[in-house]
Amino acid sequence: MSALVAQTRAEVFMTLRRGETLLLTVGIPVLFLVFFSSVHVVSTPGEKAVDFFVPGILALAVMSTAMVSLGIATGFERGYGVLKRLGSTPLGRPRLLGAKIATIVVVEVVQAAVLVPVGYGLGWSPGGHDAGAATLSVVGVAVLATIAFGGIGLALAGVLKAEVNLAAANGLYLVLLLLGGMVVPISKLPGGIAAVARALPADALAAGLHAALGSGASVPTESWVVLALWALAAPSAAALSFRWE
Amino acid sequence: MPAVATPADTGSAGPGPAVAVHDLTVRYGPSGAVTAVDGLDLEAAAGEVLVVLGPNGAGKTSTIETLEGYRRPAGGSVSVLGLDPIADHRQLTSRMGVMLQNGGVYPMLGPRRVLDLFAHYYPDPLATEALLDLVALGRVAATPWRHLSGGERQRLSLALALIGQPQVAFLDEPTAGVDPEGRLAIRAVVADLRARGVCVVLTTHELAEAEKMADRIVILSAGRAVRQGTPQALTRAPGAAGLSFGAPAGLDTAALAEALGAGADVRESAPGRYRVEGVAGPAATAALATWLAARDATLTDLVTGRTLEEVYFEAVGAAARHGADPADAERWRGIRSGRGRGARRNRGGAG
Repeated sequence: MSALVAQTRAEVFMTLRRGETLLLTVGIPVLFLVFFSSVHVVSTPGEKAVDFFVPGILALAVMSTAMVSLGIATGFERGYGVLKRLGSTPLGRPRLLGAKIATIVVVEVVQAAVLVPVGYGLGWSPGGHDAGAATLSVVGVAVLATIAFGGIGLALAGVLKAEVNLAAANGLYLVLLLLGGMVVPISKLPGGIAAVARALPADALAAGLHAALGSGASVPTESWVVLALWALAAPSAAALSFRWE
Repeated sequence: MPAVATPADTGSAGPGPAVAVHDLTVRYGPSGAVTAVDGLDLEAAAGEVLVVLGPNGAGKTSTIETLEGYRRPAGGSVSVLGLDPIADHRQLTSRMGVMLQNGGVYPMLGPRRVLDLFAHYYPDPLATEALLDLVALGRVAATPWRHLSGGERQRLSLALALIGQPQVAFLDEPTAGVDPEGRLAIRAVVADLRARGVCVVLTTHELAEAEKMADRIVILSAGRAVRQGTPQALTRAPGAAGLSFGAPAGLDTAALAEALGAGADVRESAPGRYRVEGVAGPAATAALATWLAARDATLTDLVTGRTLEEVYFEAVGAAARHGADPADAERWRGIRSGRGRGARRNRGGAG
């Protein structure tokens, strides 16, 4: 077994053993999906609320795994001296980051495997007729968003102490949850805030998934551009701020 | 203590010293205001155990971390196995073992799982079970790191430093918080590394451990080497004549000095610890034993020359008296004035 595979296995094992991670990445998204789809709290476009919330909650799931879970875990690994020790081994930065990315992908697959059936159970019916194109769009948007959010999480973990990073990542999660078009449609936000929100990766991700899985329309160009820019900028910031200790 | 079978050639570090430090300067802080290491020179060869001693803030950890590639020198040069620890870091990682002072292990993983994981990083790792036996962690092999005792954590950290069969091992305070049995095990591991030609650079605050493990000792104070040599050379250096002994506290030192003969000076350096200057040799030893016997006072130990502790305090104390400790003074000023995180971090980092 290669170092990359061994590290990925260990990261997946630890991620799935952390109760707080499971709560954040699976528990809360399922809870939100069931709650918002069943209780009329926010008026949503379309006939059924669940058609809006499944793509929105999938976006939330990507953000919670790639940004919050990764960022917090990495921050604590630095605090515990784990990164410092790994820095003196032949594992190296590329394989460590590769293992972390692979772990995110595994968790996102688990999230989708849980959320999509729950969505169907709540009556979700994805729009559009071209399932292949929709799947490609979803994968493309999710990949860009994962890179962008992962970069944000790692950048925060690179500059903040573990405990401060924990608070910051959770705070950012809440802000992006509310401003990102995941549970509150962006059209409901005041004009100025909505304009800012459209420049954030959360809204670009949610808009992309709403388009591909909701209306069946193609992902807006604006979403691709915003996600691509964040996917470039955030990992660059993370690379600059990355420290082994 | 089971020995781990390893290829005999793992310790071959090639010609020249395995570790070389020349005129090393390490500074901390935004403007490099705090000097942790100040013009340090030292070398260690393959198969040699070099112990670095010094008080907190002397520059021990800064020196080791520079050798490990974590710190960039502000001046001077360092090389490990002929390589630059920063520029050639990737090449070095498979040839060096690092034992950190604290932590460095995933809290939820047990020793066996951690060792199995780290084994995949190296081209020719030691077997996990052999390492668990070596550091006596078989009983807690599945216990998560966060539930291990301090000594067990230290032994796991040591095992992680050894797993890649290093040619150079940097051990930062390996016996800190370790029980006597654990110390014995660690000492045996260090002796085994030496026998296999591995260069071991080790820091500690424990002088007795240093004396037992070291081929050579470097005493640092304020980032400078204030003494270097073998334990024997340090304790029997010119001017180190005399005796140190333990006996009941409160002996009449003036009377003893008189009994030992002209030129003898006796001080009780701590309750029950005595230092005799000015006389040495079998006659002085015999006179001391006779004098104590006449008073029914038990001689608990006797060291001719000086103890390492005496050499250490003399060296460190002399450096401090000569004002050669600006880094500590600066650090304390920064801490007492509450100036910035840098001062506090520097103090820890310069351990």
